Amino acid sequence: MEQRRVVITSVGVVSPLGLGVDDFWAGLMEGRCGIGRIRSFDPVRMPCQIAGEAPDYAIRDYIPKSYRKAAKLMCRDIELSVIAADEAIRNSGYISRAIDPERVNLRPERTAIDFGSGIISCELPEIAPSVALSATDGRFDMKKWGREGLPTVTPLWLLKYLPNMLACHIGIIHDIQGPSNTITCGEVSSHIAITEAAEMIQRNHADVALAGGGEAKVNPLLIVRQCLLKRATFTGNEDPQSACRPFDAGASGSVFGEGAGVLILEDYSQARQRGAAILAEFVGGASSYTAMDSYIFMKDGRGLEIAIEQALKQAAIEPEQLDLIIPHGTGIARDDRVEAETLQRVLGSAASKTAVWPIKGQVSHTGSASGAIDLIAAVQAIRYQTIGAAYNFEVPAEGCKLHIPREPIQKNIRYVLCCGYSFGGQTAAVVLKKFEGGRT
Amino acid sequence: MKERVVITGMGIVCPLGNSVAQMWEGLMSGRHGINTNTLFDASAYPTTFDAEVKNFDLSSVVKNPALHSQSNRGSAFVLGAAVEACRQAGIDTETDSPADGIDRACMGIYLGAGEGAMDSQAFFTAIVKGWDSQKQQMDWSVWMDTTFEIMTAAHELEQETNMPVAHLAVLTGAQGMIRSCLTACAASTQAIGEAAMLIRRGRADVIITGGAHSMIHPLGLMGFNRLTALSTRNDSPATASRPFSASRDGFVLGEGGAVVILESLASAKKRKAKILAEIIGFGSSNDAFRVTDMHEEARGAVQAIRSALADAGVDIHDIDYISTHGTSTSENDTIETLAIKKVFGEYAYKVPCSSPKSQFGHLIGATGCAELITCVLAIQENMLPATMNLHDPDPALDLDYVPNRPRKAKIDTVLKESFGFGGQNNVLVIRRFSES
Repeated sequence: MEQRRVVITSVGVVSPLGLGVDDFWAGLMEGRCGIGRIRSFDPVRMPCQIAGEAPDYAIRDYIPKSYRKAAKLMCRDIELSVIAADEAIRNSGYISRAIDPERVNLRPERTAIDFGSGIISCELPEIAPSVALSATDGRFDMKKWGREGLPTVTPLWLLKYLPNMLACHIGIIHDIQGPSNTITCGEVSSHIAITEAAEMIQRNHADVALAGGGEAKVNPLLIVRQCLLKRATFTGNEDPQSACRPFDAGASGSVFGEGAGVLILEDYSQARQRGAAILAEFVGGASSYTAMDSYIFMKDGRGLEIAIEQALKQAAIEPEQLDLIIPHGTGIARDDRVEAETLQRVLGSAASKTAVWPIKGQVSHTGSASGAIDLIAAVQAIRYQTIGAAYNFEVPAEGCKLHIPREPIQKNIRYVLCCGYSFGGQTAAVVLKKFEGGRT
Repeated sequence: MKERVVITGMGIVCPLGNSVAQMWEGLMSGRHGINTNTLFDASAYPTTFDAEVKNFDLSSVVKNPALHSQSNRGSAFVLGAAVEACRQAGIDTETDSPADGIDRACMGIYLGAGEGAMDSQAFFTAIVKGWDSQKQQMDWSVWMDTTFEIMTAAHELEQETNMPVAHLAVLTGAQGMIRSCLTACAASTQAIGEAAMLIRRGRADVIITGGAHSMIHPLGLMGFNRLTALSTRNDSPATASRPFSASRDGFVLGEGGAVVILESLASAKKRKAKILAEIIGFGSSNDAFRVTDMHEEARGAVQAIRSALADAGVDIHDIDYISTHGTSTSENDTIETLAIKKVFGEYAYKVPCSSPKSQFGHLIGATGCAELITCVLAIQENMLPATMNLHDPDPALDLDYVPNRPRKAKIDTVLKESFGFGGQNNVLVIRRFSES
């Protein structure tokens, strides 16, 4: 039995380039950059004081009235994801419980959700007063914490920060009762979540799936972590917009950010039956593990290569058939070097002409959301048959022979590869195809 | 062509012992693994006890301890479990050039793995220093200076939820489908189910799957205590986990690592691996109700059970035993009983269902796999684990929970249920292996 075909019929995104896919795509095309000095807390003593932050929003605008009191249980990762899901549903032609409970046409038990999520760090100002109550002579006292601090922490504190709550809140808002999973594979979480969502449809456990990821890395603890790991750039504070430079000779580290992306995946025959606009087709997805130096930086790209090979094999194409690659391209020089070498090895002689378009220079590195955001850029590239100009790519880093366009390109784009890797060592690859009809 | 999915290895590190044999001996002899908290000073917490892994020394278990020396408790436990499971399955994790006939590009990992413990001392210290009590706000300058002085890169990295899989990949060399998920208390059941689907569809030959988690740290225990999810029976930890009893007052926080080796039947046969059981069905659903409570009519649980039965192609009467989620919270045990009654009707009263959490506590993300291992053993040994401490049955909960004593029974097909915060429901069906 051949597996069911999976198509993408809608997307929604929140990124430092804007709320919504139109702002996101316009930002990419216009060469805007979403990176600036951190606004959400004073980064005064951070070696890296810049990040990609989403524009201001009012979360209540994205939650149905009946569910608004749950907004206080939403940390920022959840909020961003709820907003992206709202857009994806609204653009899909499906009517969920949140859009209009009287006209629902999305079957709850045949709809899945699969979401990539990061480790969510708590909001320090929220818990700090309780911790401060627990000090004796200026030192934290565990007994005092148990007696006096702990009882003052908000009772539902834990639920606000569980990684699966992104998918759970979205599921409640839109009434999604089918298979539900939350992938926690670091910075390839949403590549993998989207792949798994497609599999749920392929194997007939669902007809429609909301797939993607969300993460808010602009939290003091998470920025500290990326500084301690020496993955964040320490030299971009004066000129934030030129700080994140994937594959450029001047790359000095990544710039972290926040965002969320949601794709609506769907069984092709159902999409056709309801006359949905089909934006692209999912044709392959795989993941692997690559050797790491101290679990932080890639030592070699073998695991990335395996993921790409497997995804291409599922898509039944050769590397030279790829028209575009959206790489992980973080601006961490040593990781960029390994990724470039790997892509050059995979592409062989096609490396000089296959366009590679890193977008983190504009969008920042949104961690678990980055794969979904890359895939949405891929969907848009296919829709508009356009590849944007790489941002902050001036002088290629040593050894980088990839074809990274400095000007936008208009061309026939049939196959796009999005690939990634994470601290820790997980790798992933997804192949999308321009939709060209054919058998259901 | 669908591949059949079989289990060829099992390993565990849990509060009842650090091997499958010790865990099973503990279950069968009525031991428990629940004692006063020794990991930090919880004496002023509402709950002062837990179910801890004891006497586990990672350095004596793995071939190259230096590669894992910074690992968090969950990672360490799952490494220990994986070494045992791989040994049983004939997967070499002990030499540098394994000659076990398994292509690492076709061997995957799928864990339901939790976050590592936060560096609590540093976390609390930096806040105490950085909180400006006059202005009632953070003094970020002081907080950051303190943080950079006392936090370390390694400890920060090891908290990340993808690190248990990273350690396992380094241990085993696996480079096939690598995934991990975290759907609260249903995570490792989900990981096993999704892994089984990958093998069924030919995406991997072998997957090392299971769970790893420890939330026994100051913020984890605080979080559950604030939710009032934990038993506070501090004067009697041994009897605190009492699923389905009228006097149950919450779950007992445990920790552990549990691994099963899933393999396509073709691969297992080719390698002449011993087959322990077959995974025949998986169902997953979402309550879509409230993040705080299970659906009152058990809607999501019912759907997950029905999906798993349908996926397995079996009828309710084929199920010989149900391994429950059975947490010992008021809500779970009531809703779970309702779900079983809704799906199984009159037959619900005939099928035994029990909860080993009454002995090893609730291993959170790792719990589903730990309990699945008890299901495989139940099939192999013809013995059902008991629900201990069930002396005052809740009158509304009237199923056969296998109270207080393990029971001899010939069983072939088992349903394993796991439910997680947020409304995550995952259910597996496994069966005694037979060729046809």
